[in-house]
Amino acid sequence: MRIYADNAATTKMCRAAIDAMIPCMEEQYGNPSSLYVLGQEARELLEQARADVASAIGAQPREILFTSGGSEADNQAIRSAAALGKKSGKMHIISTAFEHHAVLHTLKKLQKEGYSVTLLDVHEDGLVRVEELEAAIREDTCLVTIMYANNEIGTIQPISEIGAVCKKHGVLFHTDAVQAVGHLPIDVKKQNIDMLSSSAHKFHGPKGVGFLYVRKGIRLTNLIEGGAQERGLRAGTENVAGIVGLAAALKEAVANMDKNAAHMQQQRDRLIAGLQEIPHSALNGDATNRLPGNVNFCFEGIEGESLLLLLDDRGICASSGSACTSGSLDPSHVLLAIGRVHDVAHGSLRLSIGEDITPEEVDYIIQNVKEVVAYLRGFSPVWRDLMSGKAKFIL
Amino acid sequence: MALYSEKVMDHFRNPRNVGVIEDADGIGEVGNAKCGDIMKMYLKIKDDTIEDVKFETFGCGSAIASSSMATELIKGKPVADAMQLTNKAVAEALDGLPDYKMHCSVLAEEAIQSALEDYYKKHPEKAPAKE
Repeated sequence: MRIYADNAATTKMCRAAIDAMIPCMEEQYGNPSSLYVLGQEARELLEQARADVASAIGAQPREILFTSGGSEADNQAIRSAAALGKKSGKMHIISTAFEHHAVLHTLKKLQKEGYSVTLLDVHEDGLVRVEELEAAIREDTCLVTIMYANNEIGTIQPISEIGAVCKKHGVLFHTDAVQAVGHLPIDVKKQNIDMLSSSAHKFHGPKGVGFLYVRKGIRLTNLIEGGAQERGLRAGTENVAGIVGLAAALKEAVANMDKNAAHMQQQRDRLIAGLQEIPHSALNGDATNRLPGNVNFCFEGIEGESLLLLLDDRGICASSGSACTSGSLDPSHVLLAIGRVHDVAHGSLRLSIGEDITPEEVDYIIQNVKEVVAYLRGFSPVWRDLMSGKAKFIL
Repeated sequence: MALYSEKVMDHFRNPRNVGVIEDADGIGEVGNAKCGDIMKMYLKIKDDTIEDVKFETFGCGSAIASSSMATELIKGKPVADAMQLTNKAVAEALDGLPDYKMHCSVLAEEAIQSALEDYYKKHPEKAPAKE
């Protein structure tokens, strides 16, 4: 048995995406920039994909730029807004402490280049407060970049309200929507989103392809110089098969969104209720404003990597924010941002379930997590100290 | 390809000498919860020999495997040999550890050293002569 519960890391490709991609490799393999019919067939596929993606988020086709994925889209959006701001002397950017590293590392570089950055608190529930955002906006603020939904704890930010505040103050608003696209309804116009990043492999499309939505009128800065592809904004022959797969996967995700979300949310809440029975554990992030498939817990007295390895032995694929899984000494910056101390952040578990999860699989996960946590606590010196009263429980 | 060698996974899945020795002659605890690794070693020493050893570990797979292997390497051995145990020997006995996990074997070496120091503190007459 294998239960894949790491859909926030990547997803299995859907049949519709695979079926759409194969002809792009076997038949319409031309270069979209070539003038003969074979090339123009590929161009048509590319532009149809662009139109499909645009309609899925309420955008115009010319506002969609295909990229290599979410990280590239984040980099280009932020770099572009920073360059535009600098022209008018605005070099202040607002973001949050729990963004993806594609955003945080880009901001860190910009700080070295002279920009000032304000990172908003995301509080214990993992949610930005719109009034705190408004208070942080300055005369020289050129960009607000806040993720749509967090990749670790799944909390969904008040995007429409953030968009409205940014519009009111005339500040560009970018959102890293990598975890949201295909899972939550998005309308960039209604929500006043100026730029939005997305990645295909988070909604059952292929890896290595994504897109950036950019509202008409915003001038982008190139990250990759070269040919005139993507209206000269992103050089390199288009990944036609990947882009077509992305569009097919998104179309299917949007068509089934309500049905999928209802099912996943129900199973997510069962999973949360089951894991809450484990003593000295805590759900990370708000229980209701969260992605339909996201469950994230801290278990006191154990370390996340050993938990993951033992769950893997039992056929469960999951992830953790422990230092050992991040390759550094510090546990997840997301868990630290919501106020979890190091000691408990090391014992975190993220389960991101998929659309095809069954109630039996949820029961199996609950049972096995309970067993493995109890087993590891059985020879944990930290747990012994907590139980004997030598140390105080945090959770 | 797996993250760890078969040996590491074997010691992680079936750790040897897990537990506590209530009347231990030496106890050592190293690491801290902040960094995500704590090892605690309990030694029972008789006639200058490690008669029994048990461990408790809070940590990742390689930390648990390193503790387990370290106990195997010293159990039944003269105390003087246990003093000489190096992290390299632990890592080699596990058929290697990923570079960024070598500190787990260091922690195992330190845990045993710390338990032996505790033993010498309680039995100064057994302590090796200082130069």
